[in-house]
Amino acid sequence: MVQLTLPKNSQMRTGKTWPKPEGATNVRKFQIYRWSPDDDENPRVDTYFVDMDTCGPMILDALIKIKNEIDPTLTFRRSCREGICGSCAMNIDGINTLACIYGMDEVKGDVKIYPLPHMPVVKDLIPDLTHFYAQHASIHPYLETSTPAPAKEWRQSIEDREKLDGLYECVMCACCSTACPSYWWNGDRYLGPAALLHAYRWIIDSRDEATGERLDDLEDPFKLYRCHTIMNCAKTCPKGLNPAKAIAQIKKTMVERSI
Amino acid sequence: MSYMTDRKRADRWGSAKSGTQHFWRVKVQSVALLVLIPLFLIAVAPIIGADYAAVTDHFARPLPALIAALTITVSFLHFADGFQVLVEDYVHGIWEKVLIIGMTCLCWGASAVAIFAIARMAL
Repeated sequence: MVQLTLPKNSQMRTGKTWPKPEGATNVRKFQIYRWSPDDDENPRVDTYFVDMDTCGPMILDALIKIKNEIDPTLTFRRSCREGICGSCAMNIDGINTLACIYGMDEVKGDVKIYPLPHMPVVKDLIPDLTHFYAQHASIHPYLETSTPAPAKEWRQSIEDREKLDGLYECVMCACCSTACPSYWWNGDRYLGPAALLHAYRWIIDSRDEATGERLDDLEDPFKLYRCHTIMNCAKTCPKGLNPAKAIAQIKKTMVERSI
Repeated sequence: MSYMTDRKRADRWGSAKSGTQHFWRVKVQSVALLVLIPLFLIAVAPIIGADYAAVTDHFARPLPALIAALTITVSFLHFADGFQVLVEDYVHGIWEKVLIIGMTCLCWGASAVAIFAIARMAL
């Protein structure tokens, strides 16, 4: 049965308020989720004040500044700082997005930062994406062929290549899946928007020869049909993709091959 | 405690190879109800506020009786299928099966009662 309340050891408490930077006139308040597996403490929300005159324009800039200058224990993933690696996915001001491409000016008032929702937390802003990645691996995210590989390359027309636009750009940041209520309730069995978008990327690929097997593998009340077109995935995707549309296309293909 | 690998946990039981039929059936029912519900409202509009004799006379005619029987039956079947999706979303374990079986029986039973009532008036 769905659990509607947090267990006692998951209820959030007010954490430490760090001092304001001395002499700063342009200060912004950040409220950031903190939790460590190293103690038995409940999660807490720490408050930081960042001097905006000496900080870059993105949320990730502020996080790095906090880590470098205020609290080195603050833990988060980051790498490319340009929206390509998907590492810095987190919930900022109520929206799952990438901290590196989310501007400070897009948030009104205090900046509230939490880890991606409804995932086990490793530490602070780092969610455990093990199951998410295993689900991605389960859809065989690579070209499958039975025809011997051509000497030079698998050919694809310009029109067929265009069908992959809006799909191949996914960086697997998990913003969409962790914004999906169906994934929250049934994430153990429902593949979620990201894995299904990738599944469709290979179903629609003209070079792939395992289309039937891919559809067979997805035809399941839980793997695929937990999607109720809620559209949170499309709304939150930091890359502007539409996983809900890809899922609808898979369902359409399922129907087309059966009637 | 279980020592399943991450991949085993993700693959679990593999595919049930079902779901499309349920999905398509709900879509067909939805389209059918888009047609049937306006027809039903048109069919019952003349007897709103009418006395018992007028209502039974109205449903003794084939078209209102057929529209009413179809609308009620499709609505209940659509409700049962929708309820199943709801239960699959939020309830797991034995209660999932109990609720799905219970609501399916209730909907089929309610449809049978409605058809019997309409048939009694029509025949």
